[in-house]
Amino acid sequence: MAQTTSTILRPADYISPTRRTVMGAVFLVMALCIWLIFSLSIVTDAKTTFVLVPGGSKVLIADLVFMSKPVLDILAFICAALGVYQLAKGFGRYTNTILGVVAAFFIVAFLTWGSSGTSLNLAGLLKVAVVRAVPLTLGAFSGIFCERAGVFNIAIEGMMLMAAFSSALFGSLVNPFFGLLTAVISGVLLAYVLAVLSIKYKVNQIISGTVINIFATGITSFLSAKFLQKYSALNDSGRFGTWDVPGLSQIPFIGPVFFSHNMFIYAMFIFTILLTILFFYTRWGLRTRAVGEHPKAADTLGINVIKTRYISVMLGGAMAGFAGAYFVLGSVGRFDEVMTAGRGFVGLAAMIFGNWNPIGALGAGMLFGFADSLASKLAILKVPIPNKFLEMAPYLVTMIVLAGVVGRGQPPAAGGQPYEKE
Amino acid sequence: MESVLELRGITKRFPGVLANDQISIDLRKGEIHALLGENGAGKTTLMNILYGLYKPDEGEIVVKGQKLDVSSPRDAINAGVGMVHQHFMLVPVFTVTENVMLGDEYLLPGGFLDRKKAARRIMEISEQYNLAVEPGAFIRDLPVGIQQRVEIIKLLFRNADILILDEPTAVLTPREVDELFKIMQKLVEQGKSIIFITHKLREVMEFADRITVIRGGKVVGTTTPGVTNQVQLASMMVGRQIELNIKKDLAKPGEVVLEVNDIKVLNARHQIAVDHVSFEVRAGEVLGIAGVQGNGQTELVRALTGLTHPVNGKISLLGSNITHANAKKIKELGTAHIPEDRQKDGLVLPYSIEDNLILNTWYESPYAKRHILQRDVILDHANSLVEKFDIRTPNALTATSSLSGGNQQKVIVAREFSRPIRMLVASQPTRGLDVGSIEYIHQRIIEKRDQGCAVLLVSTELDEVMQLSDRIAVMYRGQILAVVDAKTTTREEIGLLMAGVVPAGS
Repeated sequence: MAQTTSTILRPADYISPTRRTVMGAVFLVMALCIWLIFSLSIVTDAKTTFVLVPGGSKVLIADLVFMSKPVLDILAFICAALGVYQLAKGFGRYTNTILGVVAAFFIVAFLTWGSSGTSLNLAGLLKVAVVRAVPLTLGAFSGIFCERAGVFNIAIEGMMLMAAFSSALFGSLVNPFFGLLTAVISGVLLAYVLAVLSIKYKVNQIISGTVINIFATGITSFLSAKFLQKYSALNDSGRFGTWDVPGLSQIPFIGPVFFSHNMFIYAMFIFTILLTILFFYTRWGLRTRAVGEHPKAADTLGINVIKTRYISVMLGGAMAGFAGAYFVLGSVGRFDEVMTAGRGFVGLAAMIFGNWNPIGALGAGMLFGFADSLASKLAILKVPIPNKFLEMAPYLVTMIVLAGVVGRGQPPAAGGQPYEKE
Repeated sequence: MESVLELRGITKRFPGVLANDQISIDLRKGEIHALLGENGAGKTTLMNILYGLYKPDEGEIVVKGQKLDVSSPRDAINAGVGMVHQHFMLVPVFTVTENVMLGDEYLLPGGFLDRKKAARRIMEISEQYNLAVEPGAFIRDLPVGIQQRVEIIKLLFRNADILILDEPTAVLTPREVDELFKIMQKLVEQGKSIIFITHKLREVMEFADRITVIRGGKVVGTTTPGVTNQVQLASMMVGRQIELNIKKDLAKPGEVVLEVNDIKVLNARHQIAVDHVSFEVRAGEVLGIAGVQGNGQTELVRALTGLTHPVNGKISLLGSNITHANAKKIKELGTAHIPEDRQKDGLVLPYSIEDNLILNTWYESPYAKRHILQRDVILDHANSLVEKFDIRTPNALTATSSLSGGNQQKVIVAREFSRPIRMLVASQPTRGLDVGSIEYIHQRIIEKRDQGCAVLLVSTELDEVMQLSDRIAVMYRGQILAVVDAKTTTREEIGLLMAGVVPAGS
């Protein structure tokens, strides 16, 4: 009877009956869709072909060919079985995991159906997913820097846009490397504005972030229309070339999908590791997280809360700047008005979905990137779904994910609150 | 005995308030020096000055013979002064090790954290001072008693030898309090010196070597437990004679007013907070609910007042089923509620006293006629209540945010007690109030009981529960472990129950 004085309440792993039923129904509906819409609408002997070599790659591997209908029927059956079990007994705390499994089956079934009688380049789909994940994941990292220290950064979008603009301009004037440097600097400068507004003047952080977004959209659109569109030499930055990782890029399927890209994609993976180490294994990370969780505790131990927040926010700005440069230097090689198209906000969603954790953010970025990639791929396949609906897919996924299909995360406790020394 | 710490003539002014007025105190090596005073007397301000969180306007601090200029907590830490704050300064999502070393981290080459070395140091300290902790445990999983140990280890980790403990017993069970005092003894034996801030008389009498009483920012006097007693200390604290024990007659319980049958309530995080609880409260009696903060009392009260609903079981008030009734319905059936957090749930702070006084009756006659508020009636009502309940305010139109805690609580009491009620749910009715206001509120509650009202008193202050209740139910981890008769029980029995220990044979 050493310590019975606990005041912790027993966690109930509580899944309300409504949620259990709804989830079971969702599983069954998915099973029904697979069977009724997908399986019954194709001819019995149709074959699906998944190409495992992305376009242009020289690392070859045989195509994956299988009978469409039996595969669809099996997937439908498994989903239905899971649904019945969920309705009858429920998976309890594993409900979300099972939901993920069913969703994955649904996507596989969808692809099988979409490409029955024809072929789908699965490797190409995944390769594009990795590329599309880059701005989202890097944007999420920017958010992690700021929010882990307790400052909301709504302005990732604006910082990325500004950075994209400066990388295009200075990339054209000097070279892509200088463009990248100015992109990072412009991110830091906007972050400094955010820091001064929200840390020093204690402006509501949603408002200060929104102001920066509006400012960035306005000024880049104006300057672009005034100069970049008129003098095309100012908007021709060039891009970073593709670099195959020696050895790894030769692995069939995996190699071309992950190890044959430009440096932004590798940077995304390297930053994932670096940020994890930085935040969870170094003194700086410990102190920064303490400032984001309980600034007063940090203060009483002699940690400078204000300074820590300034540094973090500006690092976040640098990261957003780097992410912004991707749009130009890692992608199209020129600036277009409002070219970030909401990716900064999706990045914010990836940060939340990834539970403020670099590895989680990478996973979330990949998921959103996949949705994005899928949408553009399906537009090419003869899927009888209107194009515009497919383009909504990434945003639809974002909304569903954020609406709490997945359990709530644990945001830094002091997020968004200016620190006052009393 | 040498002084390890001297505060000389410390003065601190806040806008409109003289928080510390020429305070001088000395702390000797190896003593437990209690700083006794009411909330708002200036104890915490004084300690925050010593710890470098505030700057004094006048006066000086001398540590071990050297004048010290503390402008930040870092200076205090370097001078060997450490403080355990009333609200723990621990990061819930960090481990014990991470919390302890934060700010003074052990590093491996390359700037990486050396958690292992820090954990070893924590284990050493923990053995030396009998402070059992698990270095790898997360703070959010630890009971408050252990969290407090982590706070003490934090100070020892930094080699502090002057320890300031700000209201350390406020969050502890009686059993944990005893453990804390054993730890304090051990610390003092090994040469540490302790300043112990409190407003609890019993504790200073039992554990302090010397007592300094502060009132209104001034030192009233310094004494020792040998030559004083609780009544004298209370008078020094308040500045007038105080009745420590409330006079009350035997209860005359009547019919059952509130009947709670096997209810289960979830908290906001969907965890079971109230677990199969049943009890009844009769007219003319006070049922006290004792227990350490966070054992389900908050959720129980919310369920009883219609702010949340049980997922299981039944609640009846005067024979009608109110399990799923809303707060308004329950109020109209004659329930009064003094909420736990008066500023958040009890008052609309920016509103005037008069508006707060009709917060739950504004739509009724005579305060409203055909949806129009009758301002004259409301003001008359407010004026009479201000007088009757002795609310100290310039006038009834003053915003409640500018009142003192005691007067804010009086506004709530006036509102709830001035309408005909059959059931009173009082949650922490005297938390943070001064001795004078506590006395007043206690008298009013007993008065209501004697008028035939059923009273449910929820409090974490054991003394309060013992004094006011006729029967006492002890809550532990969401369950009621026992209901005992207040006349025959002892502090020890309740204390054990609060810690989850059910005596054999009951």
